[in-house]
Amino acid sequence: MPTVNLNKQILEKLLGKKLTDEELKDRISMLGTDLEKIEEDDIVVEVFPNRPDMLSEQGFARALSSFIGAKTGLRKFKINQPKDSDRYTVKIEKSVEKVRPYTACAIVKKLNFNDEKIREIVQLQEKLHITFGRHRKKLAIGIYPLEMINLPITYKALKPEEIKFRPLEAPGEMTGSEILESHPTGKEYAHLLEGFDRYPVFVDALDKVLSMPPIINSHETGKVTDDTKEVFIECSGFDFKVLNQCLNIIVTSLAEMGGEIYQMTLERQDGKDVMKTLTPDLEPQAWKLDIGYVKKMIGLELREEEVKDLLERMGYGYDDKEHTVLIPAYRTDILHQIDLAEDIAIAYGYEKFEAEIPNVMTLGEEDPLEVFKNRIANILVGMGLVETISYNLSNKDINNQKMLLDPKSKVVELANSQTIDRSIMRSWVLPSLMQILSENTNKEYPQELFELGTGFVISQTTETGIEEVPKLAVVIAKADSDFTSVKQVADELLEALELKGSVEKASHPSFIPGRCAKIVVRRKEVGVMGEIHPQVLENFGIQMPGVGLELDIRKIYELVTQ
Amino acid sequence: MTSEKVQELGESLHPLERKVLPALKKHEKLSDIVRESGLLEVEVMRAVQWLQAKEVLHLKEFVKEVLELGSNGQKALANGLPERIFLKAIEEEAKNRDDLKAASGLSDEEVNACVGVLRGKAAINISQGPVFMITEHGKTLLQKDTPEEALLKKISQKEVSPSNLKDLEKLAFSNLKKRKDLIVAAIKKEWTITLTPAGKSLVKLDLKDDLIEKLTPEMLASGSWKDKKFRSYDVEAVVPKKARGKRHFWNQAKQSAKSIWLDMGFKEMTGNHIQTSFWNFDALFTAQDHPVREMQDTFFISEPKEGKLPDDACVEAVKAVHENGGDTGSTGWNYRWNPEEAKKNVLRTHTTCLSARTLARMKEESIPMPAKYFIVGKVFRNETMDWSHLFEFSQVDGIVVDENANFRHLLGYLKSFFKKMGYEEARFRPAYFPYTEFSVEIDVFHPKHKKWFELGGAGIFRPEVVKPLLGIDVPVLAWGPGFDRIIIDYFKITDIRELYKNDVKQLREMKEWMRL
Repeated sequence: MPTVNLNKQILEKLLGKKLTDEELKDRISMLGTDLEKIEEDDIVVEVFPNRPDMLSEQGFARALSSFIGAKTGLRKFKINQPKDSDRYTVKIEKSVEKVRPYTACAIVKKLNFNDEKIREIVQLQEKLHITFGRHRKKLAIGIYPLEMINLPITYKALKPEEIKFRPLEAPGEMTGSEILESHPTGKEYAHLLEGFDRYPVFVDALDKVLSMPPIINSHETGKVTDDTKEVFIECSGFDFKVLNQCLNIIVTSLAEMGGEIYQMTLERQDGKDVMKTLTPDLEPQAWKLDIGYVKKMIGLELREEEVKDLLERMGYGYDDKEHTVLIPAYRTDILHQIDLAEDIAIAYGYEKFEAEIPNVMTLGEEDPLEVFKNRIANILVGMGLVETISYNLSNKDINNQKMLLDPKSKVVELANSQTIDRSIMRSWVLPSLMQILSENTNKEYPQELFELGTGFVISQTTETGIEEVPKLAVVIAKADSDFTSVKQVADELLEALELKGSVEKASHPSFIPGRCAKIVVRRKEVGVMGEIHPQVLENFGIQMPGVGLELDIRKIYELVTQ
Repeated sequence: MTSEKVQELGESLHPLERKVLPALKKHEKLSDIVRESGLLEVEVMRAVQWLQAKEVLHLKEFVKEVLELGSNGQKALANGLPERIFLKAIEEEAKNRDDLKAASGLSDEEVNACVGVLRGKAAINISQGPVFMITEHGKTLLQKDTPEEALLKKISQKEVSPSNLKDLEKLAFSNLKKRKDLIVAAIKKEWTITLTPAGKSLVKLDLKDDLIEKLTPEMLASGSWKDKKFRSYDVEAVVPKKARGKRHFWNQAKQSAKSIWLDMGFKEMTGNHIQTSFWNFDALFTAQDHPVREMQDTFFISEPKEGKLPDDACVEAVKAVHENGGDTGSTGWNYRWNPEEAKKNVLRTHTTCLSARTLARMKEESIPMPAKYFIVGKVFRNETMDWSHLFEFSQVDGIVVDENANFRHLLGYLKSFFKKMGYEEARFRPAYFPYTEFSVEIDVFHPKHKKWFELGGAGIFRPEVVKPLLGIDVPVLAWGPGFDRIIIDYFKITDIRELYKNDVKQLREMKEWMRL
């Protein structure tokens, strides 16, 4: 989860109130953010991914100051209309439609940047890129010093070789394709433009390239310094609503730093027509709220005034006449009334809720196969066996090779395991027990173990193409173990389950030839057992004779319940 | 020690101790006691060590030099020294070298050695041939043991120290020492035993010999036990561990957690470990570009890569809710939902996917509300293992599908569960999950560490989850805290990998789940 670094003194100024460390800790976590640490003036907070508006110091303080009651209700942000609004225009050409169709833009003036503030803005931009922007896949943000730019601006797509500018931190001019091939940031994000024959660019009135989104800004026109007083901001991507929200998060943060927001006109060429849109749009959305629904979900009796008060503590406005909630334009997480209901509960305080167990009559019921498995486990424990639990993830060496199975036997394979040696799902459980024996050769013998686990096998008939077979495996390792020791276990188990089984000679690569048998109940083969082949023991580095058994529990369950 | 105590002690003696006792009266050296008692040295040692523990005697170890027979010495003891064999062979008549060898069985080397020794003692004459003849002196020598033979005999009978030899023996010792493998001087450990006052009174006791050591079927048949006493045992003595069969401790805890939910009227859910992304993510309103669906977090299956989607109505409803909220009153995530993405097989990242399936099944089978379900099961995350992370771990999931359920009920169910799992105090903080709203993080208070511990998430399923699956929008309380983290404290495990290590010793010795 992304974190925000806050300075306590600045936070206090923004909050308009002083809190002790304890109070801060408590309030921050009860607001629905995770406090990582408070050390003197440094506060580090984790912000959940649904609240990108809290990723800046200003945004965080805004939410917290409402929550603690210092500054509640909807914040008003003034949007200035530029005098020469013709110049405050971004022309969007049809050529961007395929590669990156939308943008939302703004200008913010009267900024007083210093190193600290520039760092903050760059951080906010990066965090928005990573979280809300899904690593620039969904959206990319550019911020430019206005004094280097000649308005109006054009957003268009060009062939890579037609694009020529000096990207940030590069020694000289590069073409679009060169940037993707050799600039470090270009290489990192090249996949986002893969397959397109034209790349998007922002250019100014003098045809100077500002940036090639979502990759990189121009070194000349796209670098904010502490002399910068006015900035041009653009967000580009695929979902205009999301771009607006992102732009709003940035401009409101800048406004709280003292900036003045100026609107821009987006002109989209659509055939002969020109569609005009103004951004940023900071008008709150008005939502009807069903207070009955809220009360029902929360489980509290609340009057409308109380609901209004609680909403205001979460930074919303409330219109008494229309009974509507005014949702700030920087909130991205309100999809449904339930989101408002939750915020009302958070404002009320999770710590204040009284837990209640309703008197609802339902019958408890254990899954019958699970009951059956437990019974089997208890029978085996009665025979002195010790239960193990091992991982379902395994590898071919253990599952096939060491057990002398055909190395080409098909298994369910994982695409991307980060753990070496865990690349398949085990197809049977006995190899896991052999692995356990091999890791316990320094422990006291006899070692008599069992495990109730799952075997994963490829199947045409199931939803996933994989069948998950419940299985029982048993091993007995001791100096005098022989076929009798394992046959006794099988006999005793079947007898306890009131099944009449027969044992038939069989061959299986993991067992000694002539000392291996299949277990058959009512003409159904339910398992295999025998003396473990010495080559298998050697493969696992075990110097103690052993016997093993593997049963298909589902087949046995079906036989028992028939 | 009072005389009653000594008497009591006498009656509880082990048979070995009892056998050693008479010898203790006469001897101080362990080796002497061994000889006297007729027991093996290890048995005597065990007995005197037990007696020492009972404060009957003190045992002191020292080192001594003793003479022992070598391999040829053993032979000589049985058959006499080679010179005796030599003389015997010519006692009746003189013999040449070949006849002598045939009669005596001596080797050339031995014959040569004997000739030297016997000539020195004037026991033989040698005439042309050469032919060996016995002298009169030789004949007298045959009548009795040589000093060398006497020494060998002495060594075989009792302990002889080289420092305690008489003059004649000293000469014999130096002769024997020169010859191969007849005699060796060895360093040996010896123990001396001194009786304590209690020991002195103990050895004087007249202990009956017919105490019953072990009751046998024969005794019961004949009734012979009736007029006898039983030897008392040291019942406080430590005995070897008894091996027993055992459920895995994790399963013991799981059974206990299961019965908590069963008691509260919950039905158990089960289901596959491998699910399509549809059930693991899409049905739970997790957008297809959500980071959790990337390769570094989730295990995808490469073979077989894809599964089948459920019936069209269900898929359409889920698609609509992602794209525009469908009929739930939600805005949705506002993107093009891709059915191919939903087909991808994954190892379930949470058992919550089974809660989603249960909602769909309730609709399919028209299962009436209220309904409550739970599962304790394995889940998988593509993480590298360390002390607090496993790629395969477990979760306890539950849902309550109830028209009248609310947020306070959620807290109620969770508090009851955690209380029964041993956590008296639980608190709830706001949290975020894509499929719940409200969302809470559960903390429990650790009474020993005096700290709050985060144990996992819970909430109320979003309408965007419930309505497409169940067909109607009712509150569904849901939770899925990690189960391993809940139980490790009870087993005093700090490294979570210990849970599934399958160390046979640990499995045998781990304490039983005794809660409830």
